Amino acid sequence: MSSASAATILSASQLQLVRQHKTVLNDISLNLKAGQIITLIGPNGCGKSTLIKVLLGLETADSGKVTRRPGLRIGYMPQRLSLDQRMPLTVTGFLQLARGASNERISYWLDRLSIGALAQQSVHDLSGGEWQRVLLARALLIKPDLLVLDEPVQGVDVQGQLELYSLIPQLRDELGCAVLMVSHDLHLVMAATDEVICLNGHVCCSGHPDTVSIDPAYIRLFGARPQGQQQAPIAHYTHHHDHQHCADGHVEHHAPGKEIL
Amino acid sequence: MNLFDYWWLMPLMAGVLLALVAGPLGSFVVWRRMAFFGDTLAHGALLGITFGVLTDINLTLALVLGSVLLALLLLPLQNRSRLSSDTLLGIVSHSTLAIGLVTLSLAQGIRVDLMGYLFGDLLAVERIDVLWILLAAILIAVLLFWQWRALLAITVSQELAAIDGHPVQRLNLMLILLLALLVALAMKVVGILLVSALLIIPPAAARSLARTPEQMVFLASATGVISVLLGLWASFRFDTPAGPSVVVAATALFAFSLVLQSLRDARRPA
Repeated sequence: MSSASAATILSASQLQLVRQHKTVLNDISLNLKAGQIITLIGPNGCGKSTLIKVLLGLETADSGKVTRRPGLRIGYMPQRLSLDQRMPLTVTGFLQLARGASNERISYWLDRLSIGALAQQSVHDLSGGEWQRVLLARALLIKPDLLVLDEPVQGVDVQGQLELYSLIPQLRDELGCAVLMVSHDLHLVMAATDEVICLNGHVCCSGHPDTVSIDPAYIRLFGARPQGQQQAPIAHYTHHHDHQHCADGHVEHHAPGKEIL
Repeated sequence: MNLFDYWWLMPLMAGVLLALVAGPLGSFVVWRRMAFFGDTLAHGALLGITFGVLTDINLTLALVLGSVLLALLLLPLQNRSRLSSDTLLGIVSHSTLAIGLVTLSLAQGIRVDLMGYLFGDLLAVERIDVLWILLAAILIAVLLFWQWRALLAITVSQELAAIDGHPVQRLNLMLILLLALLVALAMKVVGILLVSALLIIPPAAARSLARTPEQMVFLASATGVISVLLGLWASFRFDTPAGPSVVVAATALFAFSLVLQSLRDARRPA
């Protein structure tokens, strides 16, 4: 989908961020083009969420530069959002608070994400998967140029994960938006991903997910691929690391040619 | 006979006006877990009174200034972690109350109706107090109405609101200043020690019956007004202190809402 000629909508160069004597972001640069899907992976505490916050402008890096295309509309789906039980709120009421919300768009996206029946439900009565879709709908209301998804499949069962991973590229095609997704799974990523970036303080490696689809046994185990889908929505990513992160945080490099997968 | 000759009219108007705006502001206090914050503002208001007594400026003005100043000092706490802010609020809350009491007792030749400030003296409310409360109520109502969606948005998630372009810090500041204003003026009615009750109990009673934030605010205001009416009536009828009577009435309504809720839950199949 992404072509070399597509315009860059978001770029970061040499981001550096230190919090409490720990280097959270170390010399991170990335480039996001219109319509491109980037998946950020890395172990817990590797700085994925911090990087997202810096890219969204919620936090400022100590040094480095973030450039957003002027007027860029960003739809953001947070990793988790816990609402106080004492605030009564329906799904529609919650969505109406978002920028770009109108009743037509709200009902369109609720139907598009197959949660139209939840419109008048209390947000406190939703299951984890339903709430996640509501948050996704909220991110879509603004008609985003860039959709930022922070661990969208966390707490969702495998079937739900496969559905979401086939839905996201469809949404990208419908809206023509770029997608920046964070995933905690180090090896299985969304197949439609154009570029995987493995993060651990710095960019450890990056590349395209393997074109070979995953082991058919996996698909058999976790149910058929969603209808009409030719390819599995999930793919394997092979890491190419020339170094190792030790427990104390220092980085050990390996002799060339001796890669750790 | 002139309407203003009824001696109970001023207390009644003061109480009703406060209850009306305490509905929405109290709902925000409940949603944003700021109960302790409201308490601290009320306690700190005693310092404002002390200051007013010592410098001989208008006591209501001193109260409002003290409360607003404290709110501004405490504002950064809102962004810190809950535990440390709880402890710090506790220290500020009780030390300001104690310092205010000690200073008042040391000030020679000045007699202050301390019980009146601690527990409220609704019957001492005068026309000028009602005027203050009326102006404050209008200001609070207008600002809340004007920024209603934005305030709900920052209450749901400051992060999402910031991405949507809401001026999160300014809205936080506005809410806290309005709260300080209400707390300072409500003191005269229900007293320092019971101010946060007026803020928290009516929204808590309204919560179980409401499906939207707007319903909760409306029901909270209604509960507050009924509490004021019941409390004042009880105060006249049984010669009980007015402020605590209002709070007792609100608590009774809260208990009633719990009964309503359990009845409704029992009717609905699980």
